[in-house]
Amino acid sequence: MAEAVDLRGQVADVLPLDPYALRADFPILRTETSTGRPLVYLDSASTSQKPQVVIDAVDGFYRGYNANVHRGIYEIGERSTAAYEAARASVARFIGAPDSREIVFTRNATEAINLVAYSWGRRNVGRGDAIVLTEMEHHANLVPWQLLVQEVDGDLEFIPITDDGILRLDVFEVLLRLRPKLVAFTHVSNTLGTVTPVREIVQMAHAAGALVLVDGAQAVPHLPVDVTDLGCDFYVFSGHKVLAPTGSGALWARRELLEAMPPFLAGGEMIREVHLRRSEFNAIPWKFEAGTPDIAAAIGLGVAAEYLMGIGMDRVCAHEAVLTRYALDRLATVPGITLYGPPADQRSGVVPFNVEGVHPHDVAQVLDRFGVCVRAGHHCTMPLHERLDLAATARASFNVYSTREDIDALVAGLGEVVRIFGV
Amino acid sequence: MDDLYRDYILEHYRHPHNFGVIETPDLRWEGANPLCGDRITMMLDVRDGRIADVAFTGRGCAISQASASLLTDELRGKTLDEAARMSADDVLDLLGIEISPARLKCALLSLDTLEHALAEGGPPASPGDAGTPAGVDAGGTEPD
Ligand SMILES: Cc1ncc(COP(=O)(O)O)c(C=O)c1O
Repeated sequence: MAEAVDLRGQVADVLPLDPYALRADFPILRTETSTGRPLVYLDSASTSQKPQVVIDAVDGFYRGYNANVHRGIYEIGERSTAAYEAARASVARFIGAPDSREIVFTRNATEAINLVAYSWGRRNVGRGDAIVLTEMEHHANLVPWQLLVQEVDGDLEFIPITDDGILRLDVFEVLLRLRPKLVAFTHVSNTLGTVTPVREIVQMAHAAGALVLVDGAQAVPHLPVDVTDLGCDFYVFSGHKVLAPTGSGALWARRELLEAMPPFLAGGEMIREVHLRRSEFNAIPWKFEAGTPDIAAAIGLGVAAEYLMGIGMDRVCAHEAVLTRYALDRLATVPGITLYGPPADQRSGVVPFNVEGVHPHDVAQVLDRFGVCVRAGHHCTMPLHERLDLAATARASFNVYSTREDIDALVAGLGEVVRIFGV
Repeated sequence: MDDLYRDYILEHYRHPHNFGVIETPDLRWEGANPLCGDRITMMLDVRDGRIADVAFTGRGCAISQASASLLTDELRGKTLDEAARMSADDVLDLLGIEISPARLKCALLSLDTLEHALAEGGPPASPGDAGTPAGVDAGGTEPD
């Protein structure tokens, strides 16, 4: 069972986690679909399922100490503030942030990217300035930058990909001659599963004077992430993809950057002193947390981070590497299937595919009858689908609770797709 | 076992009726559902207020293509008024299968395309007004 995992040279000789033991922690996995089949959840890249400890944390907050944060001079108010700030410290440790004040809670990755685009972007990107993205960004790491450059009359440039979804760093080298202000790219592609060489890109970008934002929405759930080690300037992710409640997410940025950035949203919580015509802003990170936050979700995110640190992200990564390899091998036996994305050693637990002559929506619909949940569509990467000349794809994706049996159920369901459509 | 993929639906998907091109149609519209990547171009020949000929091209899921096949069969010989009165229920009846809310857009793309073709799919009003109408969005966003 223990196979060496090679993710872009990070060879980890660790024993994968035991998904069968962990499954007991996820109540939803004991439910059945309306057709009486066990739930085979293979859409974790869209959102992950939640372990009992996270559900209990949210429940415990509302039952035991629901109160606003940073306000109440009473016991439950102090408890909620302490739990909220403890969650921030857990998240900081989880992603290797040196100082928990560098963690800004947001609703999700999308909000974190928008925060940077509005606050840092509108102050630091001007007319004719370039921002470099890649061809495989999620719309969340594309559209905010489109709006920014439209507003300031800047430019967007894109690192192209090869047909199997590897970034063309030779072209990136050339794009850096434009002296971009920012390079923003995904750590793991939500559509192809490509793990991008963050350290290398950061070094190249910094040498050219650009800052770097990494979209970690698909990386934090699957790989050990250490923002200090990666060397980037901004890192964002969504809680709901990493076993935490919806409504939780985070932006990490280097302290000097956060301190120099103007507020994004304004109102209560983010201020120190308010006069009728001017205000003084709170210290970081609260300067960026206007209004009452989603306290329960943030507390849940802290618990999810502790849960995963308890398992060990290197073991999560090893588990998904083994599973991805198994999935690629098994799926290759399905008649008429095309698999997309990079070789197994350069990808995370995301497997996109198409069955010849069958639209992915039809694939997903037939699989649903077997209780198998996969995503079908463009996965919020329309430009990537255009680049690969695909109208849509089906996608299976994994998390800690995914098993070989899930993949076997997928393959059996695809057999039925082939039978119905006579591929 | 599968109610959605009845034999006649699959038959219409594999061998759609009226699939092809009318070279100089009186009415033409290209409809798309960007969410799924479904596309249908519908072409109509009108004589004496009646649909004399109809054809479509496109690609997409079984439901969208079968619905276009079934709907175009139904349209031939109808007056433009009758065609304009075709409703979503009529199309769902033609399909004769249970359509879940998530697939409604697929099932109704052909009707949406027809409605646009009838309303604004004619040749440009003035000679200077070039370009054929195409690429209407059925709308919708996709969360991920
Ligand atoms: C790579 C990537 N970035 C950003 C997002 C946006 O996440 P959210 O919708 O939680 O903001 C996603 C979600 O699918 C993603 O996969």
